[in-house]
Amino acid sequence: MSAPSNPVPKIRIRNLCKRFGSNVVLDGVDLDIATGESVVVIGGSGSGKSVLLKCILGLLEPDDGIIEVDGLSAIGLGAGEREAVNRKFGMLFQSAALFDSLKVWENVAFGLIQGGRMDRIQAREIAFAKLADVGLKAEVGELWPAELSGGMKKRVGLARAIATTPEIVFFDEPTTGLDPIMSDVINDLIAKCVRELGATALSITHDMASARKISDRIAMLYKGRIVWNGPTAEIDRSGNDYVDQFIHGRAEGPIRMEVRAP
Amino acid sequence: MNPLRPIGAAFLRFLEATGRLSEFTAVAVSHCVRPPFYFRLLLRQMIEIGYYSLPVVGLTTLFTGMVLALQSYTGFSRFSAQGALPYVVVLSMTRELAPVLAGLMVAGRIGAAMAAEIGTMRVTEQIDALATLSTNPHKYLIAPRLIAGLTMLPLLVLVGDVIGVFGGYVISIYKLGFNPGIYLKSTWQHLEFMDVFSGVVKAAVFGFIVALMGCYNGYHSRGGAQGVGAATTNAVVSASIMILISNYIITELFFAK
Ligand SMILES: Nc1ncnc2c1ncn2[C@@H]1O[C@H](COP(=O)(O)OP(=O)(O)O)[C@@H](O)[C@H]1O
Ligand SMILES: [Mg+2]
Repeated sequence: MSAPSNPVPKIRIRNLCKRFGSNVVLDGVDLDIATGESVVVIGGSGSGKSVLLKCILGLLEPDDGIIEVDGLSAIGLGAGEREAVNRKFGMLFQSAALFDSLKVWENVAFGLIQGGRMDRIQAREIAFAKLADVGLKAEVGELWPAELSGGMKKRVGLARAIATTPEIVFFDEPTTGLDPIMSDVINDLIAKCVRELGATALSITHDMASARKISDRIAMLYKGRIVWNGPTAEIDRSGNDYVDQFIHGRAEGPIRMEVRAP
Repeated sequence: MNPLRPIGAAFLRFLEATGRLSEFTAVAVSHCVRPPFYFRLLLRQMIEIGYYSLPVVGLTTLFTGMVLALQSYTGFSRFSAQGALPYVVVLSMTRELAPVLAGLMVAGRIGAAMAAEIGTMRVTEQIDALATLSTNPHKYLIAPRLIAGLTMLPLLVLVGDVIGVFGGYVISIYKLGFNPGIYLKSTWQHLEFMDVFSGVVKAAVFGFIVALMGCYNGYHSRGGAQGVGAATTNAVVSASIMILISNYIITELFFAK
């Protein structure tokens, strides 16, 4: 199947379906992400972007479809296999999801100590180096997550996601809720970290400035399907009405916000 | 509409909940016995349950021992059977009151705290974050709490036994005019190993129930602050009910003729 010119994608998704009761969230998503590529999935709030990431990470069980990581199925794994697959991933959560019972540096070192079985002293050094990478001073490492601002939490979350040098990094709305300058700082950090790791990246956002800055390719999720998928440079001449409406933020167009009961 | 429908639906929901709880228990217990073990977390939970519950359990059993002496004296003196008072106090404390009261107090203190902490971790995606950092939440969060509950409540109950008997002793000597030497002698004389042992077994079961219900309700909480509040309430109520039911069952197993 896989000709040399078309190697196995890092992540391959086919016909992915997920519903919650009668709420059909994903309805046949197809997406390939090549090794080393940075893909951004755009889509409105509640379109199922976070659900897509959680299905890939095994946090939600899909109802139907195929998810392959490095050519191996990543659905219905046992706990041990799942841990092994998740070792390849780093994830920045929408809410940062820092452990509030641990200090900032312990958060960053968590994957190294618990997942990687590294000793605390060595992990601590790496954690402080990663905090410096995301532009945080060493003092921050000794604080508790509750003492941080939103932008700092995102940076700590980013440091935690990349601390284990994962092969694949997921970013769930990295800039939502931040001011434009801090958003740009985070975008630059993401671009830099992904480049330095040589990692495959999958980000989701509804912030077009962010999407343009950090992606090689953009895919648009609407009504549970990928309605458009192409290089970032071509997004302005996609010829797709959904994409046009989304990137220009128009209220009029094929996308109807459900503001009234039908 | 068919009037049997809601009954059937409720019954199915009950079966589903029972199944989910059983599965959760099986998975959590299997992680208690398989490495890696998180000793730091286990130690922290043991201190939280064993050490910081001492004042609550001590006070509860002290006053219960005192009341027990007073009430039994009133009752027994009508039959001129005051001599049985030390025996009644120690038997009631070790077999029943210390384990049940300690279990209920710890359910309120520890079960609620566990449900709130784990529930908050669930709704703020911290449990999802654990999994993405290759750490099994059952092993990291649940197993240490179950082991700590199972091992610490028996110790608390042994302390509670002593304090409860002491409470009865104080009232009997200083208020009811018993002779200290005779009181202690008849306390010891009739006490059997089984009396204490059955109380300790109960305590272990209750400690496990409290931790399990705290973890289970927290782990399955959803929907923000309100969901965490509901999980906390459920943890305490369900643990208390299960303690009282299992108390009867264990007593039956130990002492039924
Ligand atoms: N655990 C869950 N249980 C039930 N419904 C969920 C759950 N997670 C997400 N949903 C539903 O899935 C839809 C998409 O959610 P989400 O992926 O978070 O959107 P977004 O694209 O903004 O990230 C929403 O309608 C939400 O109600
Ligand atoms: Mg989301």
